[in-house]
Amino acid sequence: MIHQYQNNGYSIVLDVNSGAVHVVDELCYAAIAQLAAGEEPDLAALEKPETLEKLQAALGDRYESGQIREAWEDIKELTREGRLFTRDVFEPMIDQVKQRKTVVKALCLHIAHDCNLACKYCFAEEGEYHGRRALMSYEVGKKALDFLIASSGNRRNLEVDFFGGEPLMNWQVVKDLVAYGRQQEKLHDKHFRFTVTTNGVLLNDEIQEFINQEMDNVVLSLDGRREVNDAMRPFRNGKGSYDLIVPKFQKLADSRNQERYYVRGTFTRNNLDFSNDVLHFADLGFKQMSIEPVVGDESDPYAIREEDIPKICEEYDRLAKLMIEREREGEGFNFFHFMIDLEGGPCVSKRLSGCGSGTEYLAVTPWGDLYPCHQFVGREEFLMGNVDEGITHPEIADEFRGCSVYSKEKCRSCFAKFYCSGGCMANAYNFHGTIHEAYDIGCEMQRKRVECAIMMKAALADASDEA
Amino acid sequence: MKHVKTLNTQTLTNTMKKGGCGECQTSCQSACKTSCTVGNQTCEQKK
Repeated sequence: MIHQYQNNGYSIVLDVNSGAVHVVDELCYAAIAQLAAGEEPDLAALEKPETLEKLQAALGDRYESGQIREAWEDIKELTREGRLFTRDVFEPMIDQVKQRKTVVKALCLHIAHDCNLACKYCFAEEGEYHGRRALMSYEVGKKALDFLIASSGNRRNLEVDFFGGEPLMNWQVVKDLVAYGRQQEKLHDKHFRFTVTTNGVLLNDEIQEFINQEMDNVVLSLDGRREVNDAMRPFRNGKGSYDLIVPKFQKLADSRNQERYYVRGTFTRNNLDFSNDVLHFADLGFKQMSIEPVVGDESDPYAIREEDIPKICEEYDRLAKLMIEREREGEGFNFFHFMIDLEGGPCVSKRLSGCGSGTEYLAVTPWGDLYPCHQFVGREEFLMGNVDEGITHPEIADEFRGCSVYSKEKCRSCFAKFYCSGGCMANAYNFHGTIHEAYDIGCEMQRKRVECAIMMKAALADASDEA
Repeated sequence: MKHVKTLNTQTLTNTMKKGGCGECQTSCQSACKTSCTVGNQTCEQKK
């Protein structure tokens, strides 16, 4: 299975099943398109002299015969090496993946179901998650960490994200749980990677110091330009949060040497020109950033609609080109959704098993209930157990374990399937009422992002060749 | 090759041999929280 596209002057061929990415010239691009029309050829078919004759007939009016032969030779060589027209050898592995024994390796601790902002798009409903305001107690948090250690098998690196609502509203418990985790990791030969996601309102020097000492990553919520941020992220009294938060985030990012953090925003249909918000982050001095499409009900006025997709794709194209320019000027920065590691990315086993929600990754409510992930919290049909009894509904874990790119019909023919691994199951459930579906608007954006990310690799490889 | 420049040497098929240790980061713990981003995670063995 291949995917061909042209972007920013590059002709790109992605061989989906091997993950090989080829930048080709116009002739080779046309030849591959010709060969891939209908059923994709295998090596035996490619090597037949009549294949060359067909290419000569189709392309002879535009290209010299000798060049067409050269392109044909290149295509055969790539195919022989398993880098083009590769067959899917992974589907037979899927039963193994479904039946694999999983361990819990990550928890999203809802340390506070309360928030000091009133963001209009909040899937947590200002921190309350379809429920009541609550703070996690130290006791519940301790049991959660004990549950994680006990459920993690031989897995050494364990991840705990302090999430909310706003976790800084329950900061003493965060600090106490980190201390407890550090004590327990020595006893059990584990290593905790703590992270925190915060809106920054309560951030101060003391908290910053603790974060820098203990947190592997910190996610700083901010939407971009002042007017964009303040329209969606006001305080409960309606006042904007930008002016209070931005200087604190800048200071924190600098204090971490611009590493191991993300300033993370949400775009909605109110700011479809979100590339300007990304650039605004860069102009504020941030180097690690993410701006993601809003998740909301279709009836929400700010929700992304099908008709917004062309504009969003244009924005991703614009952003990719601007990022290449900035990189060449020595002012580069990372945009989370364009990060792609073509050499050292995840193994195929990871790509087949998806995000891990409901199996390797669970969310814990302030009162200790377990859900497949933070986005399912409060949906009672997904209540999996609690920190006292552990998993009491293993059938929910089984359902999530069985969800993969091969259980979703739409994913089978999608070129991006090994990059998103079937997409966000919460989004699928929100839009289709089942996790075995795909959120179509999200898929279109994902495909565009993968195309842009690969194009950027091509452009930057060009730049390094020139250097 | 005159008509092709390949950007990567590693293939997904190669990762079948040694993959699956499970030590890598869970995707939603990195930054996203609202979308699935498995493809941009890093393999723990190659760090």
